[in-house]
This record gives sequence, structure tokens and C-alpha cells, in this order.
Amino acid sequence: MAELTKSEVIDERQYIVVKLGEEQFGIDIQYVDNIVRMQRITRVPKAQHFFKGVINLRGEIIPVMSLRLKFGLAEDEYKNSTRIIIIKLEPQASIGIIVDEVREVVNLSSDRIDKVQYDANATNEEKLRYLSGIGKHNDGLISLLNIAAVIIEKEERDRERA
Amino acid sequence: MDVSQYLDIFIDETKEHIQNLNDHLLILEKEPDNEDTINEIFRAAHSLKGMAGTMGFTRMQRLTHDMENVFSEIRSGNMTVKSNLVDILFRGLDALEGYLSTIQQTSSEGTEDNADIINDLNQVLEEGTGKVTEAPVKKEAPAPAQKESADGKEKFRNIKIQDYERNVMEKAENENQNVFGITVYISENCILKAARAFLVFKALEELGEMVKSVPEIQDIEDEKFEFDFSLILLTKHDLEEVKTAVLNVSEIEDVYLDKLTTEDEKVTEVSQGKTEEVQKSTSIEEKKQEEKQTTSTQTAPAAAAAQAKPATTQTKPGTEKKKAVVNRSVRVDIEKLDVLMNLVSELIIAKNGLISVGSGDAEQRNDNSFNEQIEYLERVTTNLHESVMKVRMMPIESVVSKFPRLIRDLNKKLNKKMELFMTGEETELDRTVIDEIGDPLMHLLRNAADHGLESNEERVRVGKPEVGSIFLDAYQDGNNVVIDVRDDGSGIDVEKVKKKAVEKGTVTEEQAANMTDKDAIDLLFRPSFSTAEKISDVSGRGVGLDVVKSKIEGLGGAVEAKSVWGEGTTFSIRLPLTLAIIQALMVELGNETYAIPLESVQTIEDVPCADVKYVQSSEVINLRGAVIPLVRLDEILDVAPRGEQPESLTVVIVSKGEKQAGLVVDNLIGQNEIVIKSIGKYINNNKMISGAAILGDGEIALIIDANTLV
Repeated sequence: MAELTKSEVIDERQYIVVKLGEEQFGIDIQYVDNIVRMQRITRVPKAQHFFKGVINLRGEIIPVMSLRLKFGLAEDEYKNSTRIIIIKLEPQASIGIIVDEVREVVNLSSDRIDKVQYDANATNEEKLRYLSGIGKHNDGLISLLNIAAVIIEKEERDRERA
Repeated sequence: MDVSQYLDIFIDETKEHIQNLNDHLLILEKEPDNEDTINEIFRAAHSLKGMAGTMGFTRMQRLTHDMENVFSEIRSGNMTVKSNLVDILFRGLDALEGYLSTIQQTSSEGTEDNADIINDLNQVLEEGTGKVTEAPVKKEAPAPAQKESADGKEKFRNIKIQDYERNVMEKAENENQNVFGITVYISENCILKAARAFLVFKALEELGEMVKSVPEIQDIEDEKFEFDFSLILLTKHDLEEVKTAVLNVSEIEDVYLDKLTTEDEKVTEVSQGKTEEVQKSTSIEEKKQEEKQTTSTQTAPAAAAAQAKPATTQTKPGTEKKKAVVNRSVRVDIEKLDVLMNLVSELIIAKNGLISVGSGDAEQRNDNSFNEQIEYLERVTTNLHESVMKVRMMPIESVVSKFPRLIRDLNKKLNKKMELFMTGEETELDRTVIDEIGDPLMHLLRNAADHGLESNEERVRVGKPEVGSIFLDAYQDGNNVVIDVRDDGSGIDVEKVKKKAVEKGTVTEEQAANMTDKDAIDLLFRPSFSTAEKISDVSGRGVGLDVVKSKIEGLGGAVEAKSVWGEGTTFSIRLPLTLAIIQALMVELGNETYAIPLESVQTIEDVPCADVKYVQSSEVINLRGAVIPLVRLDEILDVAPRGEQPESLTVVIVSKGEKQAGLVVDNLIGQNEIVIKSIGKYINNNKMISGAAILGDGEIALIIDANTLV
């Protein structure tokens, strides 16, 4: 029992902190396969609007989505700091997400993460479902992404709608 | 013993045996007297039991053991094969498969005891054999598998007694001496085994007279024995005294002894029934011991049976290959590997050729020798591609072999009599396709059984044979493999389909009225469309056919339905032979590059804009008498149009079956061999894009699935 509580205290995860506009987002590092510079994206016709297309990453074709479009922010402006984060949720199914900037890697222990309060009536409910929590780090707040929800869930709802 | 390294082999072989059992049980149900089948079943069940035991999967072993008991009774003719018996055995097989998948996932067998199946098995066993009296039991005895003594530890029961020894024993009995059989186990840590054995002999000699020992006393003194030896002792002392005397010797692990009578020796078989029970109560450990013995006695006759029946063994090569389905490994013919090896060495030669051309003096370096080397390289890579593809091919038998069982189960579930006829099981397909094709085929078979075939009464009424037939035919057709699932049922009621479609709002009444029969049948492939009046758990939830269609299309194939009212329905699945590498026509649209698979391209035409006509306000061209609809690819694919309006259109004529369409492209780039890659499952694309290919310069070209545009 003593051990259990101890391990709870130590439970610490690493997050990659990225910037999207003014907001900081955290991505659990265990899902991150790679971070690459912006490169030429081949458009895929009739894809969901937030999919920019596919890239060729060392012989592997990887679909790339824009986090900005997904979250309803303004269209990406590709700058020198723009990066594509390659996420691997399951084998042979990588996906890239475009972010404005990659800042740092932080360690967050569970006691410094607040749960997100769900409020069905709130207007920002849509965005909240993509978050797994809010992390506090050096006076700043980091919105921790529920990466599975970002990548998969929306698409399925889209399909239902269609 | 650490057996984890054998787990893969175990899983492979178990699968094979279970499939084997499945196949032969089906045969057995039809021909209950087929001895070869019974033997084959027995052999497979027996190997399964042995393997499970060796791997320490005791629950699995227990279940197979009880199944084996049933088989053994069938084999010896004490039980007849009845439908309910086969049902229970199939349940047993399913449970075994359950164990196997648990083992595959967790490498332990789980905690499911399947007690109900075991109970049912034993009940059937009792019922089946209970009616027969003593006599047949004795008849069963000569079966080689049963001959050995039940309890492995009491090895003295196996001692062969010569006539003169029997005489001595009989004499001793008459003199009221006890005849004991004794097996002594010396501790495995013992260093001086012979010395300990000697002490045992000495102690026993004080008590009475030894008639015989196994191994011989001389061998024991020379330490020519494992850790146990057995002997027969004539003594006036009783059992306990003898036991204590032996156990007094140190480093003796255990001693088993029992009174022997001379009659006993003659009729060890009779005790069989008794020991059967003992067996069940004995600890698992002892059981294992027994298993090993059974295996050794069993293999000989089984092998003989196998030899005597080359017909059954002939199917083997196929079954062996089927392992690959689940394990994602392929057994490769050594010859194919040799060919590969040769090609690789040629590749190296070609590389060296290029190096020597490149390093030669500038004057000597002429284009000719360079081109020669490139041609050589091309030939080698083409051959290499072909060989690798061949390695990836496997017969569809691995998928379809489970279908007879499926149909049998449906027989019962739907209460319809039907039979499955399969041809072309040896047709080969790429392994990735084989892996995926199972579910769609199963859907189609279920559909045929549930919706396709009429009820037996109905069939008799319309003058068809009572038993319905379902056919599964596979064959190669050019660069495609076609699998037909056909039934001789009532066919698709086109009017009913139309009515349903209108009800569901899929089409308007007007559309429905104008529909051809073929279009109406195609409605069946729409999502959530089922015409079954009542929902059964076999099919009819309306998730079947659209799933089949999307799966097949995902594999680069197509599915088509044909139906003749009153005569039956055929679903044809058309699949490409290989998936990974294809020839494609590269085209330009705006500033994007797309690939069109060459196999669907028929011709390329230059059509003056003035020749474009309108039919029902859509563009068509009249090409040598055929009216072909035009598809503006740039509009469909949302490509930014090029500014200028050309005087003529470049039209790629593609076909699917008999239908044709003309794809309008901006520019032709040429023919290219491309490697198809998936664009992943996250991205939606209306199915028009079947994948992507990486070009020589690292750019990506999307592959247009022409089938969806025709």
C-alpha cells in the first residue's frame, strides 16, 4: 500500500510544449515519434478540411493535419519555426500535426495537472474535449492534449454526419 | 523446463491440428464409419493433448484428454457418431481455439475451465458406452493405445514375466507367500546410485526372494539405469514391512509396490476401466507421465496409418502454408529462395558493372556501355520483383478451409439443409489480400445461406432439390483473381429492393422506376440496407454488404452481384493478383501529378473540344461508335484549373467491366512502375484516391482509383 501511494506521487510525465497562436499545448511525449521541419505537402482532394495532405517521410506516406484548422483558429502561416509533429498512436498509422512552434519538453507530475471541467452548455465544449487536463509550469498554463481524441474521434463524428 | 521458446511452434501446430480436427469431424459427420477419418482425428487429438501437456497448459490438456476419450470410444466402435455428439465436439474445438487465442495474446491459457463441455463429453461417453456390456469393453482392449499400464509410476506392472518365473510365482503363492511388484525411485541428486540400489537389494533379500529385476541386477550394479528400477519379490512379510525396509535406505525418493497375482498379469487389460478412474483422480503430474508413455506407444501405429493412406496426407502441403495467415510469417520454398539469392548476386554484378563504367577514363566512357548496364540492372530488378511477389503468394485454401464448418453450423442455426461446394482452393493470392479476404467471404456465405436460399419446404414446392447448394469458386482471370459465391436460391427480388430503397429514402420513386435491374441490385451495397424481413443473428442487420464492398475496394478489388430470379444469386469478388507494385500512367492536373493504374486504362485519345457532345446535360464523346461519358478530373479533384482553354482534350479512356469513362487530364507524363502506399486511415478521400506513390524525386503522386469514376 505504501508503495502504491509513493508511485502515485512520483507519477510524472513528459510533455512536449508547442505553441499555437498565443496558447501553449502539451503533447504526451510517449506518442511523439518524431519532429520534422515543414516540408512540401501533397494535397489530398476531398479530405477533411483540417487535413493539409500527405508528406513523404523517408519513404513513408504520412497524413498531415493542421491543429489550427482543427481548433477553428486562423489558417497556418508557415514560418521558419513551423514544425510537423509525427504522432504514432498505433503501429503503421502515423499522423503529422502542424504547430507554430515547438518550445520545450517539461516534466509534469500528476499533482500539477488540473482536470478539465466538462460543461455541456459551455460554448467551448468542442475544444475542451480535446484536452486531457491543464498543466501548470513556471507560472504558465499548458493545455494538455488528449491526442487520441484529436486524431480519431472527430473523424468518426464526421463520418456519422456524412 | 523452459518451453516459452517453443510457444510459436506450439501455436502453429495447434492451429494446424484444430483445423485438421475440424475438417475431419465434418467428414465424420457425413460418413460415421470412415475409419481413416477416425484414425486421423484420434491422432490429431492425441498430438494436441501431448503438446498442451508438454507446454504445461493443463486446462487445455484436460479438455483434449476428454475429447480424446470420446474419439477413442468411437474408434473402437463402442459409440456411434451422432449429430449431438459432433455438436459437443465442435464446441470443444471452439473452446480449444479460445484457449489458443488466449495463449497467443498472453502466453498463458487463462482460467476458463469449460467445465460444461467436459461434463457434456463425459455424459456422452457414459451414455454411449453405458449400454454396452463387459464383452465389448474387452474387445476394445487390444487397441494399441490402451495397452500400457495406467499409472506410469508403477513400472513393475510392465515387467514381462517369463513362463518359468510365472511358475515360481505360482508356487510361492501356493506356499502362502506374497508376490510383490516393486518400483524404487532413487533421489535424482544421488551420486552413488548403484550403491543405493545394492543396499535396497540387500534389504529385500533379507525379507524374501527376488524373482526378477528390471534392469538386470548386473546392469544395476554397473549403474546402467536411470533413477528407478523395478523388481518382483516373493516374501512372507507384508506390504508395509517391505516398504519400510526399502525406505530405510537413504536417498530413496519413493517406492511403489503392490501385490501381484499371476492372474493379474494375464489380464492387465481388465483393470483398464478401473485405472481410467484412478487416472482422473491422480495428480496432474502423474498424468503427464502417463501422457508421455501414451505418445510413444501411439506414434507407431498412427504413423503406419498415415502411410497406409497417402490420400489424406496429400492435403498436407496446403495446410502447412495456412499458418502464415495469422503469424505474419511465410514458409518459403527453398527453390524460391535460391532464385532470390541468384538474383541478388546478379544485382551485385550489375552494380560492379556500373562502377567500372563510371570509373573508366572519360574517353572510354561511352553511352553504350552505360546503357547496357542500366538495361541489365532493369532486367534483374524486374526478375527480383517477380520472385519476391511469388514468395508472397499463398493459396486461398488457408482462408476457405474454415467455411465447410461455417456452413454446417448455419445448417443447424437456420434449420435449412444446405451444402457447400468449393473449387479452386489452390488459387494463389498475395498474402496481404489473403489476410483480409476472410471476413468479406464469410459475410457473403452467410448472406447466401440466410437470404439467398429458400427454406427447404419452399424449395420442394418450386421443384428444386430440397438441399440448397452454395458454391465458392476461385480462379485466376488475367491479372485478377475472381472468387464467386453462388447460391441456387430464389435470386434477388428486384422490385422488393426498389420498394425498400424508396421506403428508406435512398432513392425517389421516380428514380426507382427508371432503374435497371443491375442498378437496383447495386443498391444492396449501400450502407444500412437490408431486405431481410426479420433480423436474424446470422445476417440481416444491414451491415453486411456495404462492409464487404468497402473492404474489397480497400484491397483494390471490386465486388459485383448478379441475380436471376428463381435461379440464384452470384457475388463476384475481383481482386488484383498483387498489390504492392503496379504499372501506372502518370498524368498532370494543374500542377499536381496523379497516377492512374495502367490495368484500367484502355486507350488515350486526343479529342477536339468541338467533338464533345451533351447527353442529359452531361458531357460525352462519341468514340468509334461508343458513347463515353467524360469525367473532368480537375473539377472532381478540386484542382486549380489552368488558365488557357486548349483546343483539344487529352482523354484517358478507362474501363471497369463493360463500362467505360473518359478522364480528362491536362498532360500526360508517361508510364511508370510505382509502389503503392496507403495514405493512412485518418484521412477521408471519397474513395477516389486508392493510395499514394513516391516518385523518383521524392515527390508524392496520388493514385486515382479509376473504378470509382466509371
